Amino acid sequence: MTVYLLRRILQSLLVLVAMSIIVFVGVYAVGDPVEILISPDADQMERERAIAALGLDLPLWEQYATFLWRALQGDLGRSFVYNEPALQLILQKMPATLELAFGSMFISILIGLPLGLYAGLKPDSVGSKVIMAGSILGFSLPTFWVGLMLIMVFAVQLGWLPSTGRGDTAEFLGLQWSFLTANGLSHLLMPAVNLALFKISLVIRLTRSGVRETMLMDYVKFARAKGLSPSRVTFVHVFKNILIPVVTVVGLELGSTIAFSVVTESVFAWPGMGKLIIDSINVLDRPVIVAYLLIIVVMFIVINLIVDLLYSALDPRVRLEGKA
Amino acid sequence: MSDLAAPIIIKEETPFRRFVSEFMASKIAVGGLLVFTIIALLAIFAPWITPQNPYDLAQLDIMDGRLEPGAVGGGGITHWLGTDDQGRDMLSGIIYGLRISLTVGVGSALIACLVGASLGLMAAYAGGKTDSVIMRIVDLQLSFPTILAALMILAFLGKGVMNVVIALVIVEWAYYARTVRGSALVERRREYIEAAQCLALPTSRILFRHLLPNCLPPLIVVGTIQIARAIALEATLSFLGLGVPITEPSLGLLIANGYEYMLSGKYWISFYPGIALLVTIVSINLMGDHLRDVLNPRLKK
Repeated sequence: MTVYLLRRILQSLLVLVAMSIIVFVGVYAVGDPVEILISPDADQMERERAIAALGLDLPLWEQYATFLWRALQGDLGRSFVYNEPALQLILQKMPATLELAFGSMFISILIGLPLGLYAGLKPDSVGSKVIMAGSILGFSLPTFWVGLMLIMVFAVQLGWLPSTGRGDTAEFLGLQWSFLTANGLSHLLMPAVNLALFKISLVIRLTRSGVRETMLMDYVKFARAKGLSPSRVTFVHVFKNILIPVVTVVGLELGSTIAFSVVTESVFAWPGMGKLIIDSINVLDRPVIVAYLLIIVVMFIVINLIVDLLYSALDPRVRLEGKA
Repeated sequence: MSDLAAPIIIKEETPFRRFVSEFMASKIAVGGLLVFTIIALLAIFAPWITPQNPYDLAQLDIMDGRLEPGAVGGGGITHWLGTDDQGRDMLSGIIYGLRISLTVGVGSALIACLVGASLGLMAAYAGGKTDSVIMRIVDLQLSFPTILAALMILAFLGKGVMNVVIALVIVEWAYYARTVRGSALVERRREYIEAAQCLALPTSRILFRHLLPNCLPPLIVVGTIQIARAIALEATLSFLGLGVPITEPSLGLLIANGYEYMLSGKYWISFYPGIALLVTIVSINLMGDHLRDVLNPRLKK
């Protein structure tokens, strides 16, 4: 296990270095670094001074080394627009994104599980067919367009929910959260449902196939033969066993939920990391772009590492395969 | 009794004919094909069927801006789906937008297929170091969500139709590579490959004339689904303002243009392009879903 762990961490570090080179080359070599790193208002004198100060006259590998060294110290440059350290700017926006991501994962389980359970228990009923057709639609519908339609119906036509923003926040653990106030919750609901759409379909399909497989197991037949009530068999014997894989998969989706929140945040003007990166790309605030990309890459590498380690802990075949 | 003399034509059963008849067995899939064909024809013949050329400024009248669906504009055209803020007929705009969405989606899927399939074949055929290097890159690529990778590439390259195609190819090739490698690994141990090797045929000929045709079925399935995904991803990127430029609006950009009018109740500027996008994606997905059943040997009796 230790060998596997070490090798896996080493691999992650290699990937991290590779990604940092890609981001570095992307920003420093594909674009014009002078244009990217020096504010466009600077005059000729300032430009030359800045070029020397940033070391842009040095060979590329030396520049990369400085870039890496500064990044390791948490210095990813200052935003042109906000004139704040880019890293700090992004970390400030992180709670809003995490709140949205966890909210949508919660909703996907809340809605997806019962529907999937029903579709699995009564696969031939009309209701199940409607649910399954709906889940295909959930995979096909473009998220951003559904978001717009939600705004149109619930904010413009019916006026039930606010269309944009985060609403009132309350402090918890030193950070601002929307889900702690009624007003904030009403702001959170629509974006979270929108982001959950794809995952609801996923949970429905996973639960349904899980239920159908579990119903054929011997222990379910035994529980029935023992004379337990159908509801007890369903909710205690079947439900418990399908919950583990479903929750695991939803947990694994955390990374992609955070990535896709870029779209939802833009539609609902939710002030999180995703909206920040889109705004930054549109105004070419490159230090923020670099910082965001590096943070996301680190996040994904960590998530992937944890997932792999969990898998190898749960399923010894994974690490034995690696040895062969 | 003249019909007795008529020659009886027995159609030989070929894999292609069998495939066609199996595909036609599903009404839903045929429906998808029909709808997609109509959409493709609309896109191809756009200049001849739209009531207005939405990008010819001489034909636009700002006075016709934001007309409701069904209203008649100053030019005497009935705007069945309304007009946008520039007085552009939405129906014409959508059909022209379909052109760009389909070109980008299908084009990028084809290029990605070409690149991915070649690399996948190489990985499976060469094995060893080549295989592990290519597959490590594939793994790395697939562990990041496509939207994020595309965002990253467009942040470097900037807007533009070509840049969107490049980004889509970079994020999609890995799916094709993995699919082709999977089936090529099985096929390369077959006798016909051995025979081809014994005949000392050049490697490229073995790869593309012998190995590739036998890996086609799963590739077709992945290709169909990836076209739908490419169209959706392009629309999303354009909606975020990172995709196609304003001079060549795809469906995603049309939807984005209507965003600001949504809050004042002028729904049609965003609504109808979205419907067009949805119908396109669903029709492709329905075909792909059925193709997967038809082309899956495990489901064959």
